[in-house]
Amino acid sequence: MSQDILAIAEYANGVFRKASYEVLSEGRRLADILGVKLLATVLGNDIQGAASRLAEYGADRIIAAEHPLLKDYLPETCTQVLAEIIQKETPALVLTSATTQGKDVAACLSARLYAPLATDCLAIHFEDGKPVATRPMYGGKVLADVRLDATPGILTLRPNAFAIRKIAGAGTMELYPVALEPPQTSCIEMQMDASGKVELTEADVVVSGGRGMGGKDFSVVEALASALGGAVGASRSAVDEGWRPVSDQVGQTGKVVSPSLYIACGISGAIQHFAGMQTSKVIVAINKDPEAPVFSRADYGIVGDLFEVVPLITEEIRHLKGDSQ
Amino acid sequence: MSWIISPYDEFAVEEALRIKEMQKGGTVTIVSVGGAKAAEAIRTALAMGADKGILVNDPATASCDGLGIARIVSTVVKSLPFDLIIAGQRAVDDENFLVGAAVAEFLKIPFTSLVIRQEIADGKITCHRTIEGGTAVVSSPLPALFTTQRGLNEPRYASLPGVMKAKKKPLDVKTLADLGLDPAAVVKPLMQVISMRFPEKRKAGKIIDAATPRAKAAELVRMLHEEAKVI
Repeated sequence: MSQDILAIAEYANGVFRKASYEVLSEGRRLADILGVKLLATVLGNDIQGAASRLAEYGADRIIAAEHPLLKDYLPETCTQVLAEIIQKETPALVLTSATTQGKDVAACLSARLYAPLATDCLAIHFEDGKPVATRPMYGGKVLADVRLDATPGILTLRPNAFAIRKIAGAGTMELYPVALEPPQTSCIEMQMDASGKVELTEADVVVSGGRGMGGKDFSVVEALASALGGAVGASRSAVDEGWRPVSDQVGQTGKVVSPSLYIACGISGAIQHFAGMQTSKVIVAINKDPEAPVFSRADYGIVGDLFEVVPLITEEIRHLKGDSQ
Repeated sequence: MSWIISPYDEFAVEEALRIKEMQKGGTVTIVSVGGAKAAEAIRTALAMGADKGILVNDPATASCDGLGIARIVSTVVKSLPFDLIIAGQRAVDDENFLVGAAVAEFLKIPFTSLVIRQEIADGKITCHRTIEGGTAVVSSPLPALFTTQRGLNEPRYASLPGVMKAKKKPLDVKTLADLGLDPAAVVKPLMQVISMRFPEKRKAGKIIDAATPRAKAAELVRMLHEEAKVI
């Protein structure tokens, strides 16, 4: 039985997810601690060319599984192919990102292989040779260290929680011979948001609006996000009011984000909202109420009217970026 | 303090009731694993309108991990005729996103997660599933399992007559032995929580004080650039 580490990369629409490079980089770090090889695998159709890029993030071997039925993600097809690869390679650890697809396939693999799963991990280390993952529980109110007592241990890594390191690996390319029956489930269509939109969970900057937005007009928040190359989020009340789609919601019942910079505009700062953004590196709050709870946990606060202050911040940022170019 | 159904499970109960209403027939069965609190949650679902409940109440299940729970639930479901299983996307305690997927896997039925809309016709279910940056629309033959996402529905409240009726609805209580399960096989967790702590609480930082909004904005951007170095 090998003790290698297998990293599953996600490839869609011509690119690897940024979160996949984080998974590869953490996989490389763990492989070095154990003195084992890092295997990277990617599933899709016509992906061999792109897959070679994974060598830049430390992959010793790259296993590309190509098949027309793997073009769009479906739990059935991906679980089958990945389970086969894992059974053949017998890695000690399987890592993937805690994206919707990563969490999905990790759960299916955990059941198929009867292997322990820790999802949404923030850090990984070893104790007496066993993997221990730090992960949030109870809506982020608690951090738990969980030990995986059987192999392979399956871990999904929260996007933006692990550093990307470019380290060249040998990157030997192998094609996995995929044999698939047509799946029961079929993908009918993908309805994607406007292209160029930064994905909330992977964005380096998130600017969110809350009840203080007072209506559907999020243009000041959108302009600031755009100046920073970031994504727009929303509090639960802004979503409940119908001002923003559910997919923009940050918080305990929405998305969990960990950007470098989180700017909360007109958000009072309920505990459930913090559950969705408290691992951000820097939090900025802008609120006209000096007593708003958001100020008690923000690194920087401005008391003022967001409709006045936010456009001025956008202007200052454009000025700064213009000057530094 | 009253124990509640987790919000994602509440979406599941509501969607099951809506499907029954749309199809003008069928039985909604609530399955849960746990003790008195789980029984209370089942009663709430029965008060919302579900038809019957099955509770696996066995002290041995206290140490179960998600895979163990999924084994138990799939064993219960195997004994029932069913067309569709709806599960919460994740437990709000361990947040591992595992049980729904694992039940589908053990029953070898199609699985779709994070569903915000579904339609059933001609023995097939079409699900709208949230993914990064959009929605994937997938179709599976029944029986199938899907998990709920916020936005699927607005759960109803149990009415007073509903609460009264729920008291008379059947709630079967079973042990692992009743299900023919060997506790040693399902209960042994593969994963152990070895420690828990509160995350370091974020402290209040600086309130930027300056004479004008423009000066505040400029000072913030300077600090983010020079001090925090995030822009």
